[in-house]
Amino acid sequence: MSTSVLYDAPGPKAKRRVLFFSVLAGIGVLAVLYLVYRQLDKQKQFDEAKWSPLFDPTNKDFELVWQRLGEALTATLVAAALAVVFSLVIGTVLAVTRVTAAPWYRWAVVGLIELLRGIPVVIMIFFVARVLPEYGVDLEPLWFLVIGLTLYNSVVIAEIVRAGINSLPRGQKEAAESLGLTRGQTLRLVLLPQAFRAMLPALISQLVVVLKDTSLGFIISYEETVRVAGQIVQVLGNPIQTYLVIAVIFILVNYALGRLAVYVERRLSRGKKTLKTDDGAAVLPANVLTGEGAGGVM
Amino acid sequence: MNVILDNFDLYRDGFLKTLLICAYAIVGSLVLGTVMAAFRVSPVPPLRWIGTSWVNVFRNCPLTVVLFFCAFGLPELGINGAYFWFGVAGLVLYTSAFVCEAVRSGINSVPAGQAEAARAVGLTFSQSLSSVILPQALRTVVPPLGSVIIAMIKNSAIVGAFGVGGELFAVSDTLTSARGEAALPVLTGVVIAYLLITIPGGLFLGWLERKVAIAR
Repeated sequence: MSTSVLYDAPGPKAKRRVLFFSVLAGIGVLAVLYLVYRQLDKQKQFDEAKWSPLFDPTNKDFELVWQRLGEALTATLVAAALAVVFSLVIGTVLAVTRVTAAPWYRWAVVGLIELLRGIPVVIMIFFVARVLPEYGVDLEPLWFLVIGLTLYNSVVIAEIVRAGINSLPRGQKEAAESLGLTRGQTLRLVLLPQAFRAMLPALISQLVVVLKDTSLGFIISYEETVRVAGQIVQVLGNPIQTYLVIAVIFILVNYALGRLAVYVERRLSRGKKTLKTDDGAAVLPANVLTGEGAGGVM
Repeated sequence: MNVILDNFDLYRDGFLKTLLICAYAIVGSLVLGTVMAAFRVSPVPPLRWIGTSWVNVFRNCPLTVVLFFCAFGLPELGINGAYFWFGVAGLVLYTSAFVCEAVRSGINSVPAGQAEAARAVGLTFSQSLSSVILPQALRTVVPPLGSVIIAMIKNSAIVGAFGVGGELFAVSDTLTSARGEAALPVLTGVVIAYLLITIPGGLFLGWLERKVAIAR
């Protein structure tokens, strides 16, 4: 039985009660599922014609549907990958600028970050896609999507990286400076590698966000997964089935990424413990000073 | 900037509609999310499974897909209503998963001694949860819950892009696509309108955070 602090280890009476509620909850879930099933069945949602284009390889539409879906998934991944890489670069630059900025222009950086953070990402994408062409910048929808996502996510990543830098013990910076490293070297060789290491779980979680947000490409006609699913639905008339497939794909990929983030977090915190000496003082891993701190994990 | 002043009533209505969507969605997702969080820590295994699957499904699925499911799926289940309510329902379902995780992290942050003391004086699971754990958890949970709600306000624009008419995103779409106005001033107006919600919202949450903070 669970070792939660919220309730005692169940005795015979509590066990009976838990069993009773388990059965009750089970019956409740089954009842809801049955009602959903009956209603969908009544609406002929389980007709073969609605499912076989997606699941039956002998169906005449099967190959085309999955070819389109494959292209669309690739388009989603390409947009997400580009957005993540650009956001990471720009976000790091922004974070470093914010941390090292002289007071007289720090407010400008902070203002920019707060401004971009307050705008919905869908408005950002729409803004880019509508405004840039008016000024003669005519790009593929992919690039509008990537620019919109980058504008939004780079400030989020900037905040993540800044939090990472601030979470480091002050001694790290002081030690680097006392070794005679310049400010740039301190950041590049000592602070950033450790910040990235500490922030890796948050960065992976942000990847999930970006992946989900690429689905907003549908408003600017970028042929990513959700838009192509819409086109398939228009031809085959099976929205529930098609979106079910899309949802399952997204959930599996993002769930795996989420588990990866948890795993990395556990690994990192385990690593930290082993770095302590017997008297509890933290010892710097040798590779941090050579700038390879983040290399092993990323 | 004339286009904003000329269409001020359109902007005002859009602003209010966005606020209305957000208000419904905040209430709905807070209630649903807290219930799911209680499920996730409950002693009854099937309830825990429901809570866990709920979070994993809605947190990992793009909001657009959730919205499409609401729009196409709910009518098939015999639930009919205005498009507006499908939009709100989608936003509530999606946000509740994040609320659930925030509340659960709050429950985990309450010191074990509190729960042990509650058990020691003989409170049942639901008593100790509702009168000892949750009141303390909800306080520590204000900052993460606040960011969830700010994110939800921004996500309400997706509900608009998805076809719930009249709110801020729809206003920008109407003005630029249907009336052919220049995009820069129109969208600047929309951006300002959103910032009018999100920035004061953030400041309010910061204030609330300081007000309810527990000195430990």
